[in-house]
Amino acid sequence: MADVKKAERPLSPHILIYRPQLTAITSILTRITGNALIVSVVLVVWWLLAAATSAEYYALADAVLTSWFGDLVMTLSVLGLWYHYLAGLRHLAFDAGKGMDLPTAEKLGWACLIGSVVLTVLTLIIV
Amino acid sequence: MVQLTLPKNSRVRTGKTWPKPEGATNVRKFQIYRWNPDDGENPRVDSYFVDMDKCGPMILDALIKIKNEIDPTLTFRRSCREGICGSCAMNIDGINTLACIYGMDEVKSATVKIYPLPHMPVVKDLIPDLTHFYAQHASIMPWLETKTNRPAKEWKQSIEDRKKLDGLYECVMCASCSTSCPSYWWNSDKYLGPAALLHAYRWIIDSRDEATGERLDELEDPFKLYRCHTIMNCTKTCPKGLNPAAAIAEIKRMMVNRTV
Repeated sequence: MADVKKAERPLSPHILIYRPQLTAITSILTRITGNALIVSVVLVVWWLLAAATSAEYYALADAVLTSWFGDLVMTLSVLGLWYHYLAGLRHLAFDAGKGMDLPTAEKLGWACLIGSVVLTVLTLIIV
Repeated sequence: MVQLTLPKNSRVRTGKTWPKPEGATNVRKFQIYRWNPDDGENPRVDSYFVDMDKCGPMILDALIKIKNEIDPTLTFRRSCREGICGSCAMNIDGINTLACIYGMDEVKSATVKIYPLPHMPVVKDLIPDLTHFYAQHASIMPWLETKTNRPAKEWKQSIEDRKKLDGLYECVMCASCSTSCPSYWWNSDKYLGPAALLHAYRWIIDSRDEATGERLDELEDPFKLYRCHTIMNCTKTCPKGLNPAAAIAEIKRMMVNRTV
């Protein structure tokens, strides 16, 4: 062959051109909620630690967690917890080889999304 | 590794807008990814206008029409035009499929956007380099492995056992599924991807194959198999309607069942 000097091959576009898929969105949400819940747990542990430290410190932690911002974070945490729980159940079914056909998998995906919102509202009404 | 943006040499620029066909009343716009290895430029997206009244019904018909009548430099793979060779796999309207069996009327947006298969090195325009993808397929030993003596005629199989291969043997290795998978995008160096794993399962459950244990041993690896997180983009996009995600789930189950 003659002296061929080719440019380095580009990488074809991927996530920014791929149409979002329901099953992919529910999958990444599982991971996002799982990681976000670590923050929620840290906050709750901080609240408990504050209670064990002193009355003044507890008052501070309690004030932060029951402020409107604290309420927002905790409400989102409940939503995240319910979603992560339902998605976990769905993954258990998948691991048992069940619900792997596309129509069922997509129905289960919607069930996780809608179910987590419904359960969050119920939780807020009851608690 | 997860990298959401493209490397510098891969960023896509706006390209040329080619003239509309004269006298056409029913034109559709096509935006197509272009990259020429010879000019040293970055990839670009060119716009073409195709006369729908004088074009066949499939995306491949439009691509051939563009190449014949508008721009002969447009480069893509195609052969059988009936979804059996797997050559014309590309990203059409945001999903991976075969241009020859994807109808123009199936495209949801007014403009038809066409890219090469995602997250692959591009050889030219819509042609991805599939060398690594084929090597992964070869690595799962896609052939019958036997230990017993060769029978006088052929290796026999019951009708029931043969039925287990349905939904697996139809795969044409077009790479649509593997290149739709986010796990494969980020870890294709180590994760085998849905296509190779579907083929692995096809041989694992073949009643005539006598290397099931070795095949499972080979896949018992945090990356080769377990990078599958059941995202299911593979099943959603398969132009042949197969279910690689279910095949992978079955391999995972066999892994568990043989240890407990």
